[in-house]
Amino acid sequence: MKKIIALVVAVLTIMTFVGCTTPTENPSKDASDLKVGAIYINSKNDTAGYTFAHHNGIVTAMKALNLNVDTQLFIVDEVPEDKAQVLAAVDTLVGKGVDIIFGISFGYIDAMEEASKTYPEVIFSHGTGYKSNETNFNNYFGRAYQARYLAGIAAGLKSLETGNNNIGYVAAYGTEYAETASGINGFALGVQAVNPNAKLHVKKLGAWADEVNESAFAKELINSFGCGVITQHCDSAQPQIAAQNANVFGCGYNSDMTADAPEAHLTAAIWNWNVYYQTAMEAAIACGTADKFVETMGSSAYYGGLKEGFVDVSPLSKNCAKGTESAISQVKNIIVNGEWDVFSGEKLTITVGEDGTATITKNAADLKDNAGNVIVAAGGASVADGVITGTMNYYVAGVEEV
Amino acid sequence: MNKAEVITSFIHNIIVFNIPLLYGTVGEIMVEKSGSLNLGVEGTMAVGAIFGYIVGCYANSLGVGILTAFLAGALCGLLFALLTVSLQANQNITGLTLTTFGLGVYFFVGNGVKATGWPVMGDYSSIQNGFADIDIPLLSDIPIIGKGLFSHNLLVYLGIIIAIAAWWYLKHTAPGLRLRSIGENPAAADSVGINVKLMKYLHICLGCGIMGIGGYYMSLNMSGSFNSSCWINGYGWIAVALVIFANWNPALAIIGTFVFGFFNTLRVSGGSLAAAFPEVFGWLAHIPTQLYQALPFIITAIVLVVTSIKNKRGSSGLPAALGLNYYREER
Repeated sequence: MKKIIALVVAVLTIMTFVGCTTPTENPSKDASDLKVGAIYINSKNDTAGYTFAHHNGIVTAMKALNLNVDTQLFIVDEVPEDKAQVLAAVDTLVGKGVDIIFGISFGYIDAMEEASKTYPEVIFSHGTGYKSNETNFNNYFGRAYQARYLAGIAAGLKSLETGNNNIGYVAAYGTEYAETASGINGFALGVQAVNPNAKLHVKKLGAWADEVNESAFAKELINSFGCGVITQHCDSAQPQIAAQNANVFGCGYNSDMTADAPEAHLTAAIWNWNVYYQTAMEAAIACGTADKFVETMGSSAYYGGLKEGFVDVSPLSKNCAKGTESAISQVKNIIVNGEWDVFSGEKLTITVGEDGTATITKNAADLKDNAGNVIVAAGGASVADGVITGTMNYYVAGVEEV
Repeated sequence: MNKAEVITSFIHNIIVFNIPLLYGTVGEIMVEKSGSLNLGVEGTMAVGAIFGYIVGCYANSLGVGILTAFLAGALCGLLFALLTVSLQANQNITGLTLTTFGLGVYFFVGNGVKATGWPVMGDYSSIQNGFADIDIPLLSDIPIIGKGLFSHNLLVYLGIIIAIAAWWYLKHTAPGLRLRSIGENPAAADSVGINVKLMKYLHICLGCGIMGIGGYYMSLNMSGSFNSSCWINGYGWIAVALVIFANWNPALAIIGTFVFGFFNTLRVSGGSLAAAFPEVFGWLAHIPTQLYQALPFIITAIVLVVTSIKNKRGSSGLPAALGLNYYREER
């Protein structure tokens, strides 16, 4: 409650400066009045995968804010990325009187933009997108590449332990999407920080979900490319199960996959969507009217990382190599305190001593893509956020698509 | 990268990833030879998969799993037969309905079981070991192709045996001949005293049961991990087209499955072939993923065109009365 009061005070302060043009007799609504709408790509009853992760995040955030999930959350699920169907879902939710609508899938982007103009009194918040306005429409995404880098360290240390420098990556897409490319690059750089000789073999599915081939591709990376660690950018745990069946190791994605492959799984890059949803709901309560939402959020694009706890790695399993814990916690530390970031002109070199303590050294070095072009010159600042989310269409050195 | 191993693995992949197509195709041939067109292969395989997997795990027995998958598939067949043979419903519509129904049952049962505790395949040693590869003595020692062709799990061998048995049954036995006559001209078969209804019921159930085992194979090949997408993933539809490719001959279905599987598996193995043989297969690496994804369907379309041109010149295995309901009083 304290937080809410603090936010209300903050908003009121802002409004005294800018609010002269709008009436402000009821600037913040009561939390129990907030109605949350959500549009999902898959079923809200899913027990794993993308929609599950978001639904879980929304429910967790609502519970943290003492909102009633049964009466204050309205969902339209299994909505394909089709403009007319998304707009129909928006109409349904607006009809229920919701104050904020979360659209979780990238392809909802144009419909969300249009709806934000049709219904200026409702807040529209679009996951993984890049469009927004200055009033009631924002987007949100996270620095998954930071978590990938940490998982890469775990994979790299395992490859040193087993002496197998081949690492496999089952990816939904490759350089077509900045989301997948930045994840692959972040992971590769993490691996290379501990094992400079490691090679990352990327095999892309051309689909966000294709369980049959997720399994087949992982088996192929293990059998034909001799990979000793398998990681993934896809929802199902098939690559991890394949790794376990072949007695190799793996890093999952989206959720802790240790239960799916207890003998293979090291750690997974995970999302804590509730971190964003809670921030957004607090802002929706505090902002009073929808047109003040973006202002209350401070920016029309929310881009949280390790620092906010929006992304992280799942607890390290017993399969991790010696020193993994120490290396990951130190790197996490320098990312969280803003000292260093993944795509910069400084390269980390991590070595693990006999006692299992990792030593991290920072050296200025060119960040190059796998064709040899310099992306960031030695000592240069990190690649801009807009590039990481929007236009990163290359692989870093040491990554090969197969 | 060991070149011989890449080829071995490619051959191995062609078989393990495509054997469900053989089950689906042989099952559908059985059904179609009785004059019934069942478009519900996808749904039937899904039902066989989910019940076979869950019951097989609970019983910790591969045999029980296979039997359950067969019975679950056969029950779908019974439903189809009841609607189309006894109640004279339109076969196309009933088949499509069966697909929707089967996928619905798959998710309903799967999600229900998952809510109370999903059986993890790794915990059931008999299933895990039963599905392990078995080397055929001597043959599996042949260099390069040996491990690719003759080191597979039990269900691969069972699929081949069922296909050959079905071919022999249709071609060389009296009941097989009667079945074919029903598919060609049920009225004539009826007039010589063949029990058309009974034969149709039996073979629709038998064929659908075989499809169910194919579904069960998919579940085991996916290590029984149940998620929001279905294990069958469109294989049932490709099987319907492969029936035409195989010219309604179960023995040809084996060849058809693997010719088709060759193209289907390029998506998985293209990269390693290109890396191992850059001069010969280097171009495979430059084919966009989207083309690989479309390839099975492009091949299916080409096959349909070629077979229909060929069939104009006769020698088709297409049962003449396929898709037409037989109503005795209409004679």
